[in-house]
Amino acid sequence: MLQFFTGTQFTTSMELGLLYGLVALALYISFGLLKIADLSTDGCFTLGCAVGASMTVAGHPFLALPAAMAAGIVSGYVTAFLQTRLGVESILAGIIVNTGLYTINFLAMGSSSNLNIFGSDTIFSLAKGVSSAGWYRKLFTLLILLCIVLVICFILHWFLNTTLGLSIRATGDNENMVRASSVNPAFTITVGLCISSSLTALSGALLAQYQKSCDINFGTGQVTIALASLMIGETLVRRGSIFKRTIGVILGSCLYRLIVAIAMKFNMPAEFLKLASALIVTAAIVIPYMREKAAFYRRRMGRGNLTGK
Amino acid sequence: MEYMLQIDHVTKTFNPGTVNEKTALRNVTLNLKRGDFATIVGSNGAGKSTLFNAITGAFFTDSGRICLDGEDITFKKEHLRSRDIGHLFQDPLMGTAPHMTIEENMSLAYLKASYHRKSLFSSITKKDKAFFRGKLAQLHMGLEDRMDNPVGLLSGGQRQALTLVMATMVTPKILLLDEHTAALDPATAEKVLDLTKRVVAENHLTCLMVTHNMHQALDVGNRTLMMYNGTIILDKEGEERAHMTVDDLLEQFSIQAGKELDNDRILLSGKVER
Repeated sequence: MLQFFTGTQFTTSMELGLLYGLVALALYISFGLLKIADLSTDGCFTLGCAVGASMTVAGHPFLALPAAMAAGIVSGYVTAFLQTRLGVESILAGIIVNTGLYTINFLAMGSSSNLNIFGSDTIFSLAKGVSSAGWYRKLFTLLILLCIVLVICFILHWFLNTTLGLSIRATGDNENMVRASSVNPAFTITVGLCISSSLTALSGALLAQYQKSCDINFGTGQVTIALASLMIGETLVRRGSIFKRTIGVILGSCLYRLIVAIAMKFNMPAEFLKLASALIVTAAIVIPYMREKAAFYRRRMGRGNLTGK
Repeated sequence: MEYMLQIDHVTKTFNPGTVNEKTALRNVTLNLKRGDFATIVGSNGAGKSTLFNAITGAFFTDSGRICLDGEDITFKKEHLRSRDIGHLFQDPLMGTAPHMTIEENMSLAYLKASYHRKSLFSSITKKDKAFFRGKLAQLHMGLEDRMDNPVGLLSGGQRQALTLVMATMVTPKILLLDEHTAALDPATAEKVLDLTKRVVAENHLTCLMVTHNMHQALDVGNRTLMMYNGTIILDKEGEERAHMTVDDLLEQFSIQAGKELDNDRILLSGKVER
């Protein structure tokens, strides 16, 4: 089946998998650990993209990444502030921030709905010049992204095992218990959403440099795609340490991109991708549920046989 | 300071001004001395749990004052009060995070020990692990060998015992037990209750325990309270309490509470048999 799949195409899907995997990691924190559906993800991704692109155009390709993350933290803080201090439903808080970010993103790109950064140095273009070896030319993008993602996974593994990290994980599990441990859940939710949004924005900034452009609509549907990756990832790695699970999420994202690449091979128009990711998410949620149901029916039928004996 | 807990004319009304208006605490005054272990009985809706929630800060009271160890905590936030308060519920699932391991749960509870924010970035050390192990070993439930297991895998009794350890690992100023053995089978309930008595005695804890078991109400601790319709209608300790029988307790209840006894008598005495 993979015969028509060239090496370059495989590398490209892996690159995209790593790049978008950061959004899936963000959702692992907000949706997986905090159990909050953070719908500001789409806008936050574009925010990172816009800030990253603007900074890159201004000649700061490296500074672009932390700047985008900082913008993400602000966005996450606002989302958290709305739900923890002002009593806005968490879903609504995300939607509100997402809507507001559209204007912010427009302004961040210099009152334009797209921004080209062709000709500007990016972390990828700078790394390209390091060596002219053939294998390096083919793989340097993948290597850079792999390094970034691995570093993030390591940091998350460390952080989520500190007492603050444990409190964040417990918040989605039993908020009552967090409060009983003298930690304010409003604080853990805020820290969690800030971290998650910073990862989303970092992913956006990397995409801006990777594609050498930024568009106001880049973020649309990111939350569903990331959710699909997260679901696939959680099916791949069910148990184990945080590091293993984060790697699982990244693998999920890579697998998702591979599926997409294969679908493209069958001449699926790019516009169909969003529908495909919606279907994948639905399947990922429905299949475990149906499996449970099936087990129940099997058991009920089995009992019928037993009494028949 | 002689008193550990002082509740001074506290009143709480839920949904005021609506058809669902309910005054759950009426002018409640209660002083607990250091080391007091009081049991509370009372029918459903008497205000026992509301009293506990007023102490933990789940809501702010409408009027009155609450002092813990001489500090006025009437308007202190819930998560800040919890440093000094251990709270166990009837539902064993309430006190622990099911998807996290025993060790992780304990290390969260142990956060109460550290007042400094910098410890938020510390990880579980070998020393902590040994300390947790020792605490678990005292339960004689074999939990010390399952510290990497998610708490969700434990039975209700094991979870409640773990919650008790977590609530008392950092000695609280007051321990609130809200029918914490009611959801367990009789043998396990007995075990958890024995454990409770031991932990309270060893740490000289001040403790309030809600129970529906009249024998327990008189046997456990040194003081018996009865609540009815948002007020404390009976408060016995010392000699007076020592001579009380379950029937006396029910009798007292009928005198103080009046007419609605019949229903409650059935309810309360039904729980006596075990």
